[in-house]
Amino acid sequence: METNQKTIKIPESNILTVGKLTDYIKQRLEGDSNLNNIWVRGEISNFRRQSSGHLYFTLKDDVSQIECIVWKSSALLLKFEPEQGMKVLVLSSIDLYKPYGKYKLIISEMHLDGLGELHQKFLQLKEKLKKEGLFSEEHKKPIPKFPRVIGIITSPTGAAIKDLIRNLTRRFPNINIKVVPTLVQGIGASKNIVKSIELINKIKGVDVIILGRGGGSLEDLWCFNEEIVARAIFKSKIPIISAVGHETDFTISDFVADCRSPTPSTAAEIAVPDKNELLKEINHLRERLLLKTKRTIEFKKQYMESITDRPIFKRPFDFINQYLQQIDDLTLKSSRAIHNFLELKRKGLEIITAKLYSINPRAVLERGYSIAMKKGKIIKTIQGIKINDMIDIVILKGKIKSQVKEVKNDK
Amino acid sequence: MTNKSKSFEENLEELKESVKSLEEGDLPLKETLEKFEEGLKVSKLCSEELDTAQKKIEKIIEKDGKPVSEPFEE
Repeated sequence: METNQKTIKIPESNILTVGKLTDYIKQRLEGDSNLNNIWVRGEISNFRRQSSGHLYFTLKDDVSQIECIVWKSSALLLKFEPEQGMKVLVLSSIDLYKPYGKYKLIISEMHLDGLGELHQKFLQLKEKLKKEGLFSEEHKKPIPKFPRVIGIITSPTGAAIKDLIRNLTRRFPNINIKVVPTLVQGIGASKNIVKSIELINKIKGVDVIILGRGGGSLEDLWCFNEEIVARAIFKSKIPIISAVGHETDFTISDFVADCRSPTPSTAAEIAVPDKNELLKEINHLRERLLLKTKRTIEFKKQYMESITDRPIFKRPFDFINQYLQQIDDLTLKSSRAIHNFLELKRKGLEIITAKLYSINPRAVLERGYSIAMKKGKIIKTIQGIKINDMIDIVILKGKIKSQVKEVKNDK
Repeated sequence: MTNKSKSFEENLEELKESVKSLEEGDLPLKETLEKFEEGLKVSKLCSEELDTAQKKIEKIIEKDGKPVSEPFEE
């Protein structure tokens, strides 16, 4: 079978290898200043973060797309987390990877585009001021519990000021409010805020400042993210409550201020106490004071009464009388004892007397007996008695002188 | 000691302290009465203090670099 294929004769010197061509293209691309250090705007897609730390994704717009790489060294410097669909601005250079012959953008810097840019600015300033110590707790001034004069820096026409005044006066009817009408949005707002902070610091007796505005877009609230405003807040001698936007809105002012209120409405609660609540608290304390003192007195009184109630204090004479009675008693007893003693003795004496009486010779005489005596001696026997002896016979009443006639022994 | 120049907060704190020490401690009668008298005085100062401020809503504007007060119209 014959082939139709013709052999083409081309001089060898005119033929390039793929490698050589790619080299050439690479050289041309990378040497072109229009393709080096260029800013490109696009949207991230196919985002991948390799374990090496390099980032790979495609940057695209409505009509085209281009592969991109962020080397680890640059990726570390990014101020945000790149994500699918983010609109970004990148500083990049063209690079051609020889093995695949593919060109890519090597990105050295990447920023969020549009709104994201403001956000980045915010983060940058936040970091800078944080490093300087503007947010640190040691610089925060305490918010007085009971301020007499409140300064408000905000727009005099917005809903925020009406809300604030209403809430402040509801909580504390006799409050002094000084409003400094201030631009809080748009061109010149930040300078105006700074001026107002400085102005209110010149007034004596302002206890606390509420600085804020109602909700709005990030751009609307932007003046509260300006460095000059942050520094003016930091410099203020009067404590400042920052009350910007909604609860979810965080501004630089919130971080520098001595206190952050989630919304302007809640700022009133932070700034002034509820007068009724305070009065209640004071009254409650006073009642406790009274109650405790009353109880103490009551207790001491009872204690004293428990002492004075004892009989010795109540009827002291009872005691004396008791003793007197005892004395009487004893006296009686002793006199009785003496009497008894005497009685006893007397009776004894009687018995003895009776006995004595019974042996009294007189008693014998009374009964008719008589006693013979010789020379005063009672004659009991016949011994010594002789005839013609003179003896006396003693009778009851008298004496008979007799002469012995006979002595006879009676046996 | 009670002092008129003390701030409302200081007086309130003192009152709280008085009540606390009175309630917690078993103080002698003399000290109890002293604390009571002191506390009563301070509590009066506190409630009086709440009425010293006057309701006033004003507008502060700058005139020749100085703050000037004007009535505020809501």
